[in-house]
Amino acid sequence: MVKKTKSLNLNFGPQHPAAHGVLRLILELDGEVVEKADPHIGLLHRGTEKLIEQKTYTQALPYFDRLDYVAPMNQEHAFALAAEKLLKIEVPIRAKYIRVIFCEIGRILSHILNVTTQALDVGALTPSLWGFEERETLMTFYERASGSRLHANYFRTGGVHQDIPLKLVDDIEKFCRSFPKIIDDLEGLLTDNRIFKQRNVEIGIVTKQEALDHSFSGVMLRGSGVPWDLRRSQPYEIYKDLDFKIPVGKNGDCYDRYLCRIEEMRESIKIILQCIERLPKGPVKSIDGKITPPKRDDLKQSMEALIHHFKLFTEGYRVPKGDVYTAVEAPKGEFGVYLISDGSNKPYRCKIRAPGFSHLQAMDYLIRGHMLADVPAVLGSLDIVFGEVDR
Amino acid sequence: MLENLKKLEKHINSELSSKIHNSIINNDELLIEVGENDLTEVVQFIKSNDKLKFRQLIDIAGVDYPEEEKRFNLIYLFLSHENNSRLKLLVKFEISQIINSITKIFPSANWMEREVFDMYGIKFKNHPDLRRILTDYGFKGHPLRKDFPLTGFNEVRYSEKEKKVVYEPVKLEQNYRNFDFESPWEGTNYLKNKTNIEKDGKKN
Repeated sequence: MVKKTKSLNLNFGPQHPAAHGVLRLILELDGEVVEKADPHIGLLHRGTEKLIEQKTYTQALPYFDRLDYVAPMNQEHAFALAAEKLLKIEVPIRAKYIRVIFCEIGRILSHILNVTTQALDVGALTPSLWGFEERETLMTFYERASGSRLHANYFRTGGVHQDIPLKLVDDIEKFCRSFPKIIDDLEGLLTDNRIFKQRNVEIGIVTKQEALDHSFSGVMLRGSGVPWDLRRSQPYEIYKDLDFKIPVGKNGDCYDRYLCRIEEMRESIKIILQCIERLPKGPVKSIDGKITPPKRDDLKQSMEALIHHFKLFTEGYRVPKGDVYTAVEAPKGEFGVYLISDGSNKPYRCKIRAPGFSHLQAMDYLIRGHMLADVPAVLGSLDIVFGEVDR
Repeated sequence: MLENLKKLEKHINSELSSKIHNSIINNDELLIEVGENDLTEVVQFIKSNDKLKFRQLIDIAGVDYPEEEKRFNLIYLFLSHENNSRLKLLVKFEISQIINSITKIFPSANWMEREVFDMYGIKFKNHPDLRRILTDYGFKGHPLRKDFPLTGFNEVRYSEKEKKVVYEPVKLEQNYRNFDFESPWEGTNYLKNKTNIEKDGKKN
């Protein structure tokens, strides 16, 4: 007689420390083997796209900080680029350099968080303690430039909000000189660690073809051996002039993705150092008076400036009719903004393309046939942040 | 860049002439409008054609134009790694129409179509699992339609009496106010003028 077994349904999350936020994963288990995974998302849905339709372009920008909240400025960047493309305005060269510096800081912020929490998920506590100290330093750089640690609201259409303090550049440079040592320390804890390797090598393998079919981007794509990085292939800002490498994985498993992220942090440090070396002087905002508010001291002197300041912050600026898609290489992959303008001061439609959305979608197929204990490992290597998945 | 796009446009137009309604190049991006019944064929073609190779579906965006007869637009964004080019496919259709799903061609379209269904109420034929995705369990309405109010219809709170989360109609102390700030104001040139003056070395 054959004994019939029923598969077990397990609710993983939404309140689970390894679910990286508010993921509710309904797992169908046969013993310890996962037969099916059904991710339920939307528990952090805030209707960002609907809200943006009601706001002027300046007011819409802060919503982008709240998408992928571990690397806020990278998101702002995509929106700023979209609006600039529609308005056809030039960004001053100094602003471009500042943007790139802070985007790369964002990449390091995100990768530290991901690498260390992935280690935490598979049982290593120390990396997260070491890594978070560095994140704190990086966030003070954010604070010194924009006034806040997380929700920076620093990039503007046509440049950045204000110039960075002089000493900040020196401090970022000092950090860049010391940080590779920290990466070495993290690697010392993880890269050859037997337990870490047992939990990650040959887990969650993605082949090249599958990565394309599932709309993967960023590390998820490069980990599977596809050399594709928007900073190189469709360069924006000044990435064309910078010298950096694009790490590519071989096997497409969790371990390769971890290695890619570690290497990307080293490359980001190189990029920041190059930018600091070349950082030119000049304005940090477009001189187009239709978009850029007047200077503070002009407000005290000129009536005209005062009126324009008021109008820019109530009415905003109008953006020519049209639609545009811009994408940036955010730490998690291709972050895109599809913007439709009807010629008014508010976007008619703003579709946000979040990399995590496609990555999480593939969860079911990635985890099938794996053990229950592999779920946090795979989830960790997908680099999911619910701010951007749920929007 | 622009030349490549023109070549691309020409190639698609010559191969699929009967199915293409319109094609525009604007802001260095190619937009092609196709009929709603030809969608799956066109998508299959641009994915498998040797010259095009649009192997990655980036996103599907719905747009709502309540005044127009063909109320909904769907925009499919594609990316080709081989040619390093992007393509936008536009489909316009009426509220009652059902669109063919492309999940068979691109598995990643699954959640994207679910999101469009959730946000706009657009239905897809042959979709394996058309459920709501981002909104709450038991949510009613389609929030990204232009006639859906920003504040929504229901709000939730924890009820101490019933010891559970309860749904109630939205009650606002003050209605959501949407000011119309638009004026004929055309912005200013004085910043530009000022920099020009400074460049000339004169001061007013």
